[in-house]
Parts: sequence; C-alpha cells; structure tokens
Amino acid sequence: MPDEQKLAQASGLSEEEVRRIVREELERDRKHEPAAKKAAIIASKGTLDWAYPPLILATTAAASGMDAHVFFTFYGLNIIHKDFERKLKVSPVGNPDMPMPVPMPTLVTALPGMGPMATKMMKAKFRGKNVATIGELIEAAQELGVRLIACQMTMDVFGYVQEDFIDGVEFGGAAAFLAEARRAHVTLFV
Amino acid sequence: MAQIQEDQTLDARDLLCPMPVVKTSKAMKELGPGQVLKIVATDRGAITDLPAWAETTGNEVLTWHEKDGELVFLIRKGGEE
Repeated sequence: MPDEQKLAQASGLSEEEVRRIVREELERDRKHEPAAKKAAIIASKGTLDWAYPPLILATTAAASGMDAHVFFTFYGLNIIHKDFERKLKVSPVGNPDMPMPVPMPTLVTALPGMGPMATKMMKAKFRGKNVATIGELIEAAQELGVRLIACQMTMDVFGYVQEDFIDGVEFGGAAAFLAEARRAHVTLFV
Repeated sequence: MAQIQEDQTLDARDLLCPMPVVKTSKAMKELGPGQVLKIVATDRGAITDLPAWAETTGNEVLTWHEKDGELVFLIRKGGEE
C-alpha cells in the first residue's frame, strides 16, 4: 500500500488531501533549501567573448540573493588578471561563427593583424549596444559579494603570483570548488 | 484600478543584461517591505528577466506595460510590512 494511502487511512483525511499537503510542504521546503541559494561556476576560457557568460550569471545570481562563487582556472585566469583589458581578446581563427564585415576564407583570418582587428570590432560592437564592459561586470560582481577564486595550480603553471590579480580575489583548488559545488543546485562549467 | 504610486524610480534605459536586474536588486535594497519600485527599461530581455528575478527574490511584479518603446515595471518589495 502506498504511503499516501496509509497516511490517509490513519489521519482520516482523503488521499487527495494528503497528496496536496505533501506537495505544498515540498514546495515550501524547496524555497528554504540552502542549495537553491548557491551557485558555483567555473570560468575556464580566456577570450573576451567567453569572459561574459560566467560574470553575467554570477552577478545575476548574486543580485537574486544567491551566494555566487566563480572559480577561474586555466585561461579563465585572464578575466581576473589586473591586465584583463589587454589579455581578453577574440580571434577569428577557428571561430567560423564570428561575424566579419566581409566574407573571408579561414586562411585570411590567420593573417597578422586580424586578431587585434576582431577584438577591436567586438569591443566597438559591445560599446555600441551599451553592453557592460568586463571591468564593469567585475566591479558589479565584487559589489554584490560574488566570490572570485583563482585556481592556484594553473596560476603556478602559467607563472602567475597572487599580486597579478585584481584586489579581492581569493585562491583555492579543486577541493575548494567542490566544497561549494556539492551544496549548490547551480553548477556550471564555462 | 486605482493608480499605483511608486516610492522610487530606477532609470534602467539603455542597459542590457545583466545590468537591469543588478541595478533593480540594488535599488530594491533601499526600499522597505511593501514599497514600490518603478523601473523603466529598454532591454526586451527584462520582460522575462524582471518577473523571474522577482519570483526568486520574493518580490511582486504588480504590473508592467510598454510605452513608446520603453518598458515600465512596478515591483512591490516583499516581506513583512
């Protein structure tokens, strides 16, 4: 006999009412569950376009009352480097979806000067549409209390020291990420 | 329906995702429970984003409409008055 039927018999309520009460309790509990208020995001890419998604999601999570953590690993370290303005670039090479002013063969996109041009174009496009800059998003993230964590192992691999990163960055490893992620319903690898 | 009077207005025009939500959450912190924030935005993503944000944060979108390409939202702060 299903639990709802047993409960219905014991309590004198109808099975329908028991089901409704259980559903409402679950719904109420869901709102108070700590994991629903935590987001743990990995940012592993270091190009201008890929710097946006983790920062947009983390700031929005924090603005929605969630604890948001972003772990920057491998090329993602570029995003929180003091020199992020210069480090974050886009390249048309191997990026066939990138809109170009005129159609051009892949080989041409590899010519010197094409990368800086594409980076400049993308920045101009973002500015034209009034998209927040990476600097503005980092500032918003820090103001909202998003925790920015640099992966110590990849820092060592790339020869970075703690002073290379913007103020407020914390340092940690895989265990630090997992400690947060295991208590978060929202975990993303970008 | 009687006209709802806002307590604060947030100009979020020309801002794109995620800034309307970020600025709304900041402006809402200045208000007390039951008070109403008016948000004027032009990002069409706000049509789904602001109600989603309000649901997550326990606030209430009282009404929204579009006028001359501008989106106007009235959101009441949740919590005990």
